Amino acid sequence: MILDGKCPKGPIQTSWDRHRFDLKLVNPANKRKYKVLVVGTGLAGGAAAASLGELGYNVEAFCYQDSARRAHSIAAQGGINAAKNYPNDGDSIYRLFYDTIKGGDFRAREADVWRLAQVSNNIIDQCVAQGVPFARDYAGYLDNRSFGGAQVSRTFYARGQTGQQLLLGAYSALSRQVKAGTVKLFARTEMLDLVVVDGEAKGITVRDLITGEIRTHVGDAVVLATGGYVNVFYLSTNAMGCSVTANWRAHKKGAFFANPCYTQIHPTCIPQSGDHQSKLTLMSESLRNDGRCWAPKKKGDNRHPNDIPEDERDYYLERKYPSFGNLAPRDIASRAAKEQCDDGRGVGPGGRGVNLDFSAAIKRVGEHTIRERYGNLFEMYEKITDENAYKQPMRMYPAPHYSMGGLWVDYNCESNVPGLFVLGEANFSVHGANRLGASALMQGLADGYFVIPYTIANYLAKTKPGTVTADHPECKKSVEDVKAYNNRLMNINGKKTVSEFHRELGKIMWENVGMARSEESLKDAIKRIPVLREEFWNNVKVTGKGEELNQQLENAGRVADFLEFGELMAKDALHRNESCGGHFRVEHQMPDGEAKRDDENYCYVGAWEFKGVDKEPELHKEPLTFENVHLAVRSYK
Amino acid sequence: MNLTLHVWRQSGPKAPGKLEQYEAKNVSPDQSFLEMLDEVNEHLIKEGKDPIAFDHDCREGICGMCSQVINGVPHGGQERTTVCQLHMRRFNDGDTIYIEPWRALAFPIQKDLIVDRNALEKIMQAGGYTSCHTGGVADGNAILVPKVDADYAMDAAECIGCGACVAACPNGSAMLYTSAKVAQLAALPQGQAEAAERVCAMTEAMQEAGFGNCSNHYECMAACPKGINVKFIAKLNREYQKALFK
Repeated sequence: MILDGKCPKGPIQTSWDRHRFDLKLVNPANKRKYKVLVVGTGLAGGAAAASLGELGYNVEAFCYQDSARRAHSIAAQGGINAAKNYPNDGDSIYRLFYDTIKGGDFRAREADVWRLAQVSNNIIDQCVAQGVPFARDYAGYLDNRSFGGAQVSRTFYARGQTGQQLLLGAYSALSRQVKAGTVKLFARTEMLDLVVVDGEAKGITVRDLITGEIRTHVGDAVVLATGGYVNVFYLSTNAMGCSVTANWRAHKKGAFFANPCYTQIHPTCIPQSGDHQSKLTLMSESLRNDGRCWAPKKKGDNRHPNDIPEDERDYYLERKYPSFGNLAPRDIASRAAKEQCDDGRGVGPGGRGVNLDFSAAIKRVGEHTIRERYGNLFEMYEKITDENAYKQPMRMYPAPHYSMGGLWVDYNCESNVPGLFVLGEANFSVHGANRLGASALMQGLADGYFVIPYTIANYLAKTKPGTVTADHPECKKSVEDVKAYNNRLMNINGKKTVSEFHRELGKIMWENVGMARSEESLKDAIKRIPVLREEFWNNVKVTGKGEELNQQLENAGRVADFLEFGELMAKDALHRNESCGGHFRVEHQMPDGEAKRDDENYCYVGAWEFKGVDKEPELHKEPLTFENVHLAVRSYK
Repeated sequence: MNLTLHVWRQSGPKAPGKLEQYEAKNVSPDQSFLEMLDEVNEHLIKEGKDPIAFDHDCREGICGMCSQVINGVPHGGQERTTVCQLHMRRFNDGDTIYIEPWRALAFPIQKDLIVDRNALEKIMQAGGYTSCHTGGVADGNAILVPKVDADYAMDAAECIGCGACVAACPNGSAMLYTSAKVAQLAALPQGQAEAAERVCAMTEAMQEAGFGNCSNHYECMAACPKGINVKFIAKLNREYQKALFK
């Protein structure tokens, strides 16, 4: 099937405005007749629930945490992009659009990215109005900094806690709607199934994580904003609860999964210290504004970094990419770091690390300024590593961070299942094969505040409200299915814990489907994952009962889904016989080791249809056309 | 290193709870406190026992989900540190460690170390926002905010809503938490229009939820993983008085 992204035709500069005009509206008096279910309360979900509530719709919002404010968007550090051109350095909507298309290695839709760039400016205004304390200069104007993949300063920030402040802004808007009674919030509630009636999304089946009750909530449309899936690698920068579950269960009910093999490996994470580790901690990319990446020139040089003289250091990013230097995009910086380590010049335990050195910046602007810019990050680094990065370089290694793939959506953020909308990291739309820094916050809020309020109306206007109630056979069936699934997990009573399986899966994924993939490694993963999955369903041990607070059961369901999803991810990576962005196939590289794209054969979105566990999924393609930014070799040199 | 743990176990909100003893063996100093507990749980599961339930999520010290009282101190007593960022190198081989949930009337226990912090939500819903509509707002630079004010607001805004301040306070007061939001918005031009209504509504919600009052123990500030300053409580009181005289 050739998928249609339903992008507006004609000049891109006016595409969103024209499209918005063409979308149907719902009369204000009718809005309250519709109920929208929003799953996830991060930047995308929180903003969407608040905006839809404010418009007058009945909204039910769900999150698995105890509070909407704890969504993992909170952990984003560096900043949010907007094309305001406040610093007068040549920025424009067009340039942000251009940088994002190029940064994503020409695997994103032009129209979606244009819209993102256009509404980016509204986002900043919105957040300022909410009282988000963005960094300001002494005159009282908003301050900017630069980020990877761009040569202008377009990143707005709030110390090293930008994600936190933006999320709290959305959360405050959401709290206001809860008070107003337009939004009903269900915390500690996890979506475990999508209810599809006559081909349209009409509800979700959830587990109350406190009581264990399984029940269905019905609505006129469902919005998924459930984040990313890189916890499939076990160790990642995501929060422990981040999973593919909501997306995967929707996929099993017919929603196509697009580009699952596109995962971002973030270049600046604190290296792993041992096997006991449960997660990895990211250090904001903004550190590369002042930190210089280097590795010793000599192999196995294990002198203290401060004892290695200047001429024996290789500032590899500045050497290889003179125009972008330390601000090269994430996929490029990650691969470059891995290269140094693979060459035997890595630092720290196991040689899995490179230096991120602030000594030159401290000499230039003083420790006080560096402390002001990144103080909390230095503190965090010290807690984890017991090292003082003001006195010696930080050690960094790439780690799984963000998923550019997700459920397939059209220009309206609607999946191929009518009535199922997908926002933020959970969809696939704007990042292509590599997400530039400071653009995830932008997408989450763009989708939530400024896209879904318009596009969902177009669907609802054509829909009769309240047609499905909780006693509908599909709802009952969904509840029974979820109960049966959970009972199956509870009754295996095997010998291995859920975490042991997750760790084993993570190892297969990282080694075979990680930063560099080959036909051989992917085929190996595709062989090994089903074997592990089979073992899981025969040998996992889940203690306790289903009808109570049971964290083992929660985790078991999430890992069960990863065990199916991981295989799809490997299959997607195998079929894509090219390298692009974060998807690096070792067979497809330039003589100098850069990613080699194949536009002739792979310039499309790969969207997979679920056909059953242990059955081959079916690939559907949405061809990508580039009319404004012409396909070209991506160079940061 | 090897440690002896005394952990609060309670199967449900109404069930009786008690401290139970566990051994944590071969703990690495590089492990986080939660990773140490993960490992204890792995052993419990293998023995067919119920693992210790505790709240956690980002494990980066920012989501505010983790909530354990360690040796009598919320988050374990390392300055400006959440439990998830507390590392085992702060302990010694052979140590005995007591682990309990947040203790406060307004935070009923759900299970083991997990408490219900919904009361904090109620305070936020009462007025912890500016009532601006989505879209149609002024350009970001049209509202000038002096750097000093922006920095002050940011100092307050850093609160992660974990509730350690409440757990540390002998009165079970949520005034540090509430004051952070009130102070942040009162310091900014965007928040000033509703400042009087906000401080009254949030104060009322705080009282309704069963939190105590501040009597200047400063335990909240000592326990706060983000170092939120008690000066914001003074600001809260000033804002409240200003509102009363309005």
